[in-house]
Amino acid sequence: MSIQSVAASAASDQGDADLLATYRLMLLMRRFEESLYRKYREGKIGGYLHRYDGQEALVAGVIPQLIKGDYVLCTYRDHAHAIACGTSPRAIMAELMGKATGCAGGKGGSMHLIDPANGFLGGDGIVGGPVPVSVGVGFAIKYRGDKNVCLCYFGDGAMNQGGVHEALNMAGLYGLPIVYILENNGYAMGTSVERSTGQPEMVLKAQAHGIDAETVDGMDILAVRDAAGRAIARAREEVRAQFLEMRTYRFVGHGVADNAQQQRFYRTEDEIAAWKEHDPLIKLRNLLVAHGALTDADDEAMESEIRATIEDAIRFAEESPPPPLESLYEHVYAEG
Amino acid sequence: MPLMRYSEALRLAMTEEMERDPTVFVCGEEVGQYQGTFRVTEGLLSRFGPMRVVDTPISEIAIAGLATGAAMAGLRPIAEFMTWSFALSAMDQLVNHAAKITYMSSGRVTCPAVFRGPAGTGNQLSAQHSQSLESWYAHTPGFKVVLPFTPADAKGLLKTAIRDNSPVIFMEHAGLYAQRGEVPDDPDFTVPFGRAEIRREGTDVTLVAYSLMVGKCLKAAEKLEASGVSCEVVDLRTLVPLDMETIIASVARTHRVVVVQEEWLNVGFAAEVAARLADEAFDELDAPIRRVGGADVPMPYARELEQAAIPGEDAIIAAVRSIVD
Ligand SMILES: Cc1ncc(C[n+]2csc(CCOP(=O)(O)OP(=O)(O)O)c2C)c(N)n1
Ligand SMILES: [Mg+2]
Repeated sequence: MSIQSVAASAASDQGDADLLATYRLMLLMRRFEESLYRKYREGKIGGYLHRYDGQEALVAGVIPQLIKGDYVLCTYRDHAHAIACGTSPRAIMAELMGKATGCAGGKGGSMHLIDPANGFLGGDGIVGGPVPVSVGVGFAIKYRGDKNVCLCYFGDGAMNQGGVHEALNMAGLYGLPIVYILENNGYAMGTSVERSTGQPEMVLKAQAHGIDAETVDGMDILAVRDAAGRAIARAREEVRAQFLEMRTYRFVGHGVADNAQQQRFYRTEDEIAAWKEHDPLIKLRNLLVAHGALTDADDEAMESEIRATIEDAIRFAEESPPPPLESLYEHVYAEG
Repeated sequence: MPLMRYSEALRLAMTEEMERDPTVFVCGEEVGQYQGTFRVTEGLLSRFGPMRVVDTPISEIAIAGLATGAAMAGLRPIAEFMTWSFALSAMDQLVNHAAKITYMSSGRVTCPAVFRGPAGTGNQLSAQHSQSLESWYAHTPGFKVVLPFTPADAKGLLKTAIRDNSPVIFMEHAGLYAQRGEVPDDPDFTVPFGRAEIRREGTDVTLVAYSLMVGKCLKAAEKLEASGVSCEVVDLRTLVPLDMETIIASVARTHRVVVVQEEWLNVGFAAEVAARLADEAFDELDAPIRRVGGADVPMPYARELEQAAIPGEDAIIAAVRSIVD
């Protein structure tokens, strides 16, 4: 699914077909993350691995509304974003396995997925890192007079980075066509929002920089789609920076090292279980079933189709060669 | 002497100094309630309380500022960077403030702060998380720069760093945290700055290194010994101040030298050592000075490329062979 084709299906507004596509996308994200974790444990994937389980609506409800020429920037928690932008599961899996056929040629890994042909300018391993970059991307769009937007994701922990505030100020000051999505999953590693800021009302921080801001229930795909649709339209038409604080929750540890033992230092199993009651994937599934738009048989068919997609991606990645040693010194500088 | 991990030795140094001096405190991301990203500060919060073990937001500029300002105002902060890669945004606080206030004030104000955390490459962490930047700090007048290799040095050097009246850049290596070694439990044990340590004696070639690379040199030296080449391994321990005396004394015995660093080769610390040897010990040298360092590329993710980018025993052995055969 490219940005364009998904956008086309979004044009039918909140019709069943469109919601089914959203569901399929979220299901793919969830199953994909689960497969990555298995491959990580098999030693096929190295480095860090940050999963998006529980947060899917923030991407599945937003990125499909983009059009050609729009840009996406995000954090190291970037697998879902790449999938939604239309990067092939094969290229993502191969990147995670460090193969030449990966979307970054095997040089980036999990935190640095990238796919400029689909408008995806990449994940970023530095907390807050993509936010100053978004200013330049937004500026370039405005400079050229394009009717495009830059979508920039960052976390609640990143809100405490100095560079983020410099950037938000410029985005507000210059009136840049940027939509910020604050992925507020309540924690930055083991530090809760309450323990990391004297002002946990995130919208106030954006408004302080002259940016339109709204808080959204990030576990509700319909609310996410609605708010994102409006924010993207305003950024595109009025050329003003927008900020959506999306309240969500990560169902798994910060990264693989943040195991159940570590998580006990900052959250309880009860809290995790309570949030899982709001699993956006299950909520959307129940909604579709209630509307008669999805049967158990449909769901099973979708599951097996996705399973096949992922198995194909794994096979492709495992059979792909590693980057050749000569490529070590390639691309330190651009050609020309 | 008790056997302990490098990470435990660091913790012991902090614990002892916090017991000894009430002005010493620790701050940084996840140092308290989460017990430290690499468990270096485990247990400190419950022992010393939240005023002395301060969990911070992910705000490296303000972490550096917190330590710098508190030091200027009479405390002895130990600021932990989760890794040195994340300290990059704090460069201005570090270089323009912490490093310079003593000089700019003709010594009227000092900055007795320690900035510590893991540095180094490896584990497929790729370009933004896997790098060594010690030369950036060694290049900047005002910082003392410390990179311990053994658990005992980790403890003794950190204690010296905490007691020092200048800002100290203290770079641990994530790849060494789990290493065990004998560590003196005497609270008066410290290791002075500016004294290199000979980790292995040898007669044919001097290998100069610091941090994790000392271990690689020792392994290379073992292999070379088997083929009849005897290497002496000098562990610098501190880059600033630099113990040229020990290096030169060793080169005066071996007349051949290879300087090994993990960071990028271009404009790296080995170049400084090589230049000073050329200046100060030219007559002792029977062969060109060789340098071994990381490939001059941002660290690639793929395992095969990463291995080729990080200097290993083979590169050290090849460099030695190029000047003895
Ligand atoms: C500048 C910087 N400091 C520290 C880190 C280490 N780190 C990586 S992710 C993370 C937590 C970020 O939390 P948040 O912004 O809420 O995003 P989330 O992981 O919850 O998606 C930390 C501390 C980093 N990558 N960059
Ligand atoms: Mg978060």
